[in-house]
Amino acid sequence: MQLLLQQVMAGLANGAIYALVALAVVMIYQAIDHLNFAQGEMATFSAYVAWQLIHWGTPYWLAFAAVVVLSFIGGVAIERILFKPLHNASILANLVAFIALFSILNSGDGYLWDYTIKTFPSPFGTKPLFGSALIDSHEAGMIGVTAAMLGLIYLFFRGTRLGLAMRAAAANPESARLVGIRVGWMTALGWGIAAAIGAVAGMLIAPVVFLDPNMMFGVLLYGFAGAVLGGLTSPAGAVLGGFAVGVIENLAGTFIPYFGRDLKLTIALLVIVAVLMVRPAGIFGRSVVSRV
Amino acid sequence: MTHFLEDKTTVTKLTRRTILAAAPAALAFGSPLLRTRPARAAKEYGPGVSDNEIKIGNTGPYSGPASSYSAVPKSQVAFWRMINDQGGISGRKINFISYDDSYTPPKTIEMVRKLVEQDNVLLVASPLGTPTNSAIWHYMNQKKVPQLFVATGATKWDDPKGHPWTIGWQPNYQSEGRIYASYILKEKPDGKIGLLYQNDDFGKDYLRGVTDGLGDKAATMIAVKASYETTDPTVDSQIIGMKAAGCNIFVNTGIPKFAAQAIKKAAGIDWKPLHILSSIGNSVGATLKPAGFENCQGLISDFYLKDPTDPKWKDDPGFKSWVAFMDKYLPAADKSDAGYVAGASLAAMTAQVLTQCGDELTRENVMRQAANLHDVKTPMLLPGIKANTSPTDFAPLKQVQMGRFGGERWELFGPLLTGAIG
Amino acid sequence: MTPPQPDTALFAPAAGQATVARRAALLSTRHWVLAGVLAIAAVLPLVFQGFVVFQLTEVMIYGLAILGLNLLTGYNGQFSVGHGAFYGLGAYVTAILMQRYGVAYYWTLPAAGGVCFVVGALFGLPALRLQGLYLALATFALAVALPQLLKFHGLEGWTGGVQGIVVDQPEAPAFLHVTDDQWLYYFTLAVVLVMFAGAANLVKSRSGRAIMAIRDHPIAAAAMGINEPLYKTLTFGVSALYTGVAGALGALAVQFVAPDSFSLFLSIYFLVGLILGGMGSLPGCLFGGLFVLYVPNIAESVSRGLAGAIYGVIMLLVIFVMPSGAAGFARWAYAYVSQWRNR
Repeated sequence: MQLLLQQVMAGLANGAIYALVALAVVMIYQAIDHLNFAQGEMATFSAYVAWQLIHWGTPYWLAFAAVVVLSFIGGVAIERILFKPLHNASILANLVAFIALFSILNSGDGYLWDYTIKTFPSPFGTKPLFGSALIDSHEAGMIGVTAAMLGLIYLFFRGTRLGLAMRAAAANPESARLVGIRVGWMTALGWGIAAAIGAVAGMLIAPVVFLDPNMMFGVLLYGFAGAVLGGLTSPAGAVLGGFAVGVIENLAGTFIPYFGRDLKLTIALLVIVAVLMVRPAGIFGRSVVSRV
Repeated sequence: MTHFLEDKTTVTKLTRRTILAAAPAALAFGSPLLRTRPARAAKEYGPGVSDNEIKIGNTGPYSGPASSYSAVPKSQVAFWRMINDQGGISGRKINFISYDDSYTPPKTIEMVRKLVEQDNVLLVASPLGTPTNSAIWHYMNQKKVPQLFVATGATKWDDPKGHPWTIGWQPNYQSEGRIYASYILKEKPDGKIGLLYQNDDFGKDYLRGVTDGLGDKAATMIAVKASYETTDPTVDSQIIGMKAAGCNIFVNTGIPKFAAQAIKKAAGIDWKPLHILSSIGNSVGATLKPAGFENCQGLISDFYLKDPTDPKWKDDPGFKSWVAFMDKYLPAADKSDAGYVAGASLAAMTAQVLTQCGDELTRENVMRQAANLHDVKTPMLLPGIKANTSPTDFAPLKQVQMGRFGGERWELFGPLLTGAIG
Repeated sequence: MTPPQPDTALFAPAAGQATVARRAALLSTRHWVLAGVLAIAAVLPLVFQGFVVFQLTEVMIYGLAILGLNLLTGYNGQFSVGHGAFYGLGAYVTAILMQRYGVAYYWTLPAAGGVCFVVGALFGLPALRLQGLYLALATFALAVALPQLLKFHGLEGWTGGVQGIVVDQPEAPAFLHVTDDQWLYYFTLAVVLVMFAGAANLVKSRSGRAIMAIRDHPIAAAAMGINEPLYKTLTFGVSALYTGVAGALGALAVQFVAPDSFSLFLSIYFLVGLILGGMGSLPGCLFGGLFVLYVPNIAESVSRGLAGAIYGVIMLLVIFVMPSGAAGFARWAYAYVSQWRNR
């Protein structure tokens, strides 16, 4: 029982990581209708910039804020420079551009900062929370930040004109343009926000897994899985999906005898595919009725 | 003239005297190499050799998911630049051709075939990785091209009968595993072991070594065998499982990132086992510092190279020569990356073989000399550790020394150990 | 919100409508080009040395693997980021049959294709429920699972676990007086030709039109009475068969199989090769094969430390210049030239 509790808590702690990434994934999906394969590498790059600033003596929160802003600008710039010209190309052409971006950032990180792992400070400390070994303060902080960001995103999309305009631009560009929304800039804005969320995710994940150029690759896989499981059209679903992936994976690795440990990722993915069989648009996703 | 390599077989009288005279500096990277030709003057050249050049091939993961190991080939490239700046080996410049294989076996065979068939190299030195070397193993032996000092610790490279053109280098992972087992049997013979390993060739070699070393006690003593994939974000779940299973011995064979995570997590959940760290993850700078020194006290590990981040070497001449080499040829590199030590040491061993070859630079003689190393020391090998080979022994480095972590450094203890199979 | 339409939105609009006459002209030009390419292909191994022949063999093999992916993604509109798994499965079938059971190499090809067809078709069944990104995730699971299964200790007796299996190179028949490399090249060429011809016939046939109709408009296709589940499942199977046979040839060429050879990145490279070669184009697959094999080498020769970044930049350049792949570019160039001539 103790073991079960511990594994669930550890799963939730990992799940918080996935949830953060899943949130960024959903964000960009809402804005551009694609999955961004380079999302993780963008977040890693942001985390490296933050590391460099802190290394140069910038106070943590100043560096944090600066990187969020810089990432937002960077996200907008990437959209304007790389993806705007590909606007009319197929989704698969865009996919190649994502893979290219992934490759460039990953290689660039290694070139600029080398491949040895780096420690990254945590704003929450790493003391056990409430004197229990189940969860530490950083993990709790991460879960808190995820919830807070989810709330902000919800408010932004539901409560502001800009959020509404962005949703309209992503969902139906032609109609949105007709009612006077600058669709191109809405897309760029979506990139910026996704990059900023990614930066927060990167900076919160780095203290746990250590900063290295390949830090986000595995995390992004799980983040995608979480987002798809929860439903790509639902930020809350994606977050829950992220947590679910973390817990399922740990439980599979711990309690399935013989092959559980070696094949836990496979098992986690099988569970997800099985769920998708029943709910093809994800648990909280809206299923789509297409018009002939 | 001083020499960075001590060698008793081909050095002429004059140079041997110089070595003795210059004893403290004898083990230094960056000092001029042997230029004296051995007495036998007959020149005999294999492919890729001329009066002023020797071509050597190499592959390594410059790109792709294993690019964190790129320090190993990078430092070899830099090493040969240094040698060339000093006039080369026996007056010949080394043309060191290193290609990216992104750690994928099909790419390795493609690149190695290019090296052998198009670039016409004399030998392929220290390709990195077990699956990659496995892919070219057959080819190299069929073509009779030396596959010299492979940069992997699998056991199979020591096979002079079956694969006479392939020779290993570092102490193999399996024998390290045996050394941990015998340490455990001595210190905690009735303990319960949790073993963390990477789900690939080297992880499984450690697992096999520990299991073999424990003999019939393995079944009862090893309570948890927990693997991880390199795509796993953390190994927290594995560590929790070990504590919950009541393990009081932890054999941690992860690469630096995961080894550090495991150390941190063990401290976080207040688990204090007898903690043995493998040589893959025992770098002070790359693993222990990120994990937090306060969490590392009392760790046990084994060594054969000097840890560049361990302050105790700061006055060691071999270490100082390595630092001088790094400062000049790889100024931007992160010196806490143990890959730079391994690469320079691998290349130094190849340089030794070429020096021993004299003017008989054929593929056959390269293998003959590689199988004829006697007490060779390179600057970054631990004091007392020497490379030895013979026609029936293709495992140059066999010795390691145990160390215990205290304060901010490793304290070596006990005699040099070999985990001889059997 | 209006519904996204992943299946149709995946694809660029088809190239401009050609007149019947121009299409006929294109066809005859195509025949000439085909004959020329074949003649060159037959001579190449006699001109170049062993390792270039090996590289060219690899290009054909990757081209064949990409063709398999193209049948599924380019022609049928099902999205896969897991085809490296079928490639790996085919390679392992060949390796295990040859090294464990002593089967002759040429018999292992149909076996590899058959196993992959069955696995692919079985996988196609659940894939029926999934579309677009969700299908991508399911195939992605396949790509992630395969290396883990190959390493799995319960199967080590067969797969050799993490150590992989060394495969013997097929020996050239003595009466031909060619090297083993040349023999494997011609053998691969023959297999690839047969498989490409099969694919060309398939896409031109009634079934092929059904397959493409499902891509272009699934609802209309269903309304016309096309058995969508059947065609989708079969396409998945055939696609896996093609990629599996490529994997089997790959095992013969590389003479070694190991879990690390078939990582997720292989699947991604296939996808990149497919898109840059041109979706729904057969010759485009070979361009994709060329890209997969040679571009990393080019990138490396520019800068070793930044090889990955250069590779990315080259990908971007290609996709900017040819947003619908090499095949689309060739179509555009041909149309441009003939327009210019007619003026």
